[in-house]
Amino acid sequence: MDKLLKLLDNDARLTLEQLAVMTGKTEAEVADQIDEWQKTGVIRAYKALIDWDKTDREYVTALIELRVTPKRDAGFEAIAERIAGFEEVESVYLMSGGYDFSIVVTGRTFKEVAMFVSKRLATLDSVVSTATHFVLRRYKDKNVMFLTEERDEREVF
Amino acid sequence: MDYEKLLNPRLVATQPSGIRRFFDMAASLDNVIALTIGEPDFSTPWHIRQAGIDTLEKGKTWYSPNAGFVELRRAIAAYLKRRFTLQYDPTSEVVVTVGGSEAIDLTMRALVAPGDEVLVPSPSFVCYAPLANLAGGVAVAIETRAEDDFRLTAATLKAAITPKTKLLILPYPNNPTGGVMRREHLEEIAEVLRGTDIMVLSDEIYAELTYGGERHVSFAEIDGMWERTILVSGFSKAYAMTGWRLGYACGPKPVMEQMLKLHQYGIMSAPTTAQYAAIEALTNGDEDVEYMRAEYDARRRLIVDGFRKIGMPCFEPEGAFYVFPSVEITGLSSEEFCRRLLNEKRVAVVPGTAFGACGEGFLRVSYCYSVKHIQEALKRIDEFLEEFR
Repeated sequence: MDKLLKLLDNDARLTLEQLAVMTGKTEAEVADQIDEWQKTGVIRAYKALIDWDKTDREYVTALIELRVTPKRDAGFEAIAERIAGFEEVESVYLMSGGYDFSIVVTGRTFKEVAMFVSKRLATLDSVVSTATHFVLRRYKDKNVMFLTEERDEREVF
Repeated sequence: MDYEKLLNPRLVATQPSGIRRFFDMAASLDNVIALTIGEPDFSTPWHIRQAGIDTLEKGKTWYSPNAGFVELRRAIAAYLKRRFTLQYDPTSEVVVTVGGSEAIDLTMRALVAPGDEVLVPSPSFVCYAPLANLAGGVAVAIETRAEDDFRLTAATLKAAITPKTKLLILPYPNNPTGGVMRREHLEEIAEVLRGTDIMVLSDEIYAELTYGGERHVSFAEIDGMWERTILVSGFSKAYAMTGWRLGYACGPKPVMEQMLKLHQYGIMSAPTTAQYAAIEALTNGDEDVEYMRAEYDARRRLIVDGFRKIGMPCFEPEGAFYVFPSVEITGLSSEEFCRRLLNEKRVAVVPGTAFGACGEGFLRVSYCYSVKHIQEALKRIDEFLEEFR
């Protein structure tokens, strides 16, 4: 993996100066490279990973398994695009195995998510069935531990 | 009882590690950000841990042969061959030890007779001089200097050799300076040693952690040096296996036979589970080493640049995971600098003097820490320097 991408993947807030030092490149080279990645879509976005449980936001997340029947004029791609269009939908993945799409949906309450699934998702023409799994607790996400604060357990030798 | 009278006077006269002393000070304060620890912040790669677990599940919990499992000794020999083109007979020229530290102790005790001089380039890791003295020898420090990139030079070596010189320690890549000896520098040292009976303990525990294009060259690879070299290494630094306590020594059979006796009586055998894990490390661990090395390299660049930007000159370390910046601009001694930095800004680093008198004027700063941690420490050190500008 490219060193620069790896550093950004881990911490997108490193400054150009720090990135340049850490990779042995000039700041201009780093800036050009990042520009290019942004233009070509290699880098899609920079977001903070927030532990919402520590805020007063009321929310609930569900993973939804979706089985669909692709039609001549609506293949997987088209269905995915349609589903991704809902603002409640955080992620959409085409899956191997027993179902076709895995979808991450966030809402304010269980009921809100349930309503979204039954009213908006399940009613789509190509959707055959849905199975909704609510997330109870997030322990780790994007390589970051949410369960505990990271502690240095090393002995001071 | 008057224990003072009863105890071994050589041991009583030996000072405890100066690194330790500083830690105890740091441990008594809150909100301390430490850059003191000389061990990887990574856990042992999972497949290596799993290899240990598998053998525990199968109940393989007995002693190993004294010198270590032959599969492990074969794996060590194969590794040394593929990485450094070194040839060792796994059955008679390799001993698996409890960390590199035991291997150093065995080498000293096998070679050093009362009155023998042991040359120790300084600054260097804390154990060489005490172990040489405890073996009955006399440790003689050879000062290495920032202007020589903390390398041992032929001239200073020549000047230190006497008819009593028995053993030269070659601690490279170096803890605490991060200095390395490239092939041409080793050739220079070899030229001085050729024709003498001086043996060499080459402590290459950081061999996998060198940065820049060239990789580490073992002293035993240099023409004519194999027969006088005891190569000491281990698994702690390269594979993040410090707690498993596993190292090894390789050298000519007549020396290894003596070392094995000491090991047999004093230790019996190195930890069995660790040995199984180590076979996995040597067989399938190259990618892990490369991954961790790249991580350290990025942090190394960041911290060297950081010290230079805040006005502390810092020699560019090419090995291990330490930087060795100079405190000269503050006019403080290493010890004072560290004490005040700890008390005023709650940053713990180790004074260079913990690694020998000629470490005066420097700090050992470990970069086995996350980028965030390093940045915070640098920020605080920058604030501390404010009054000296």
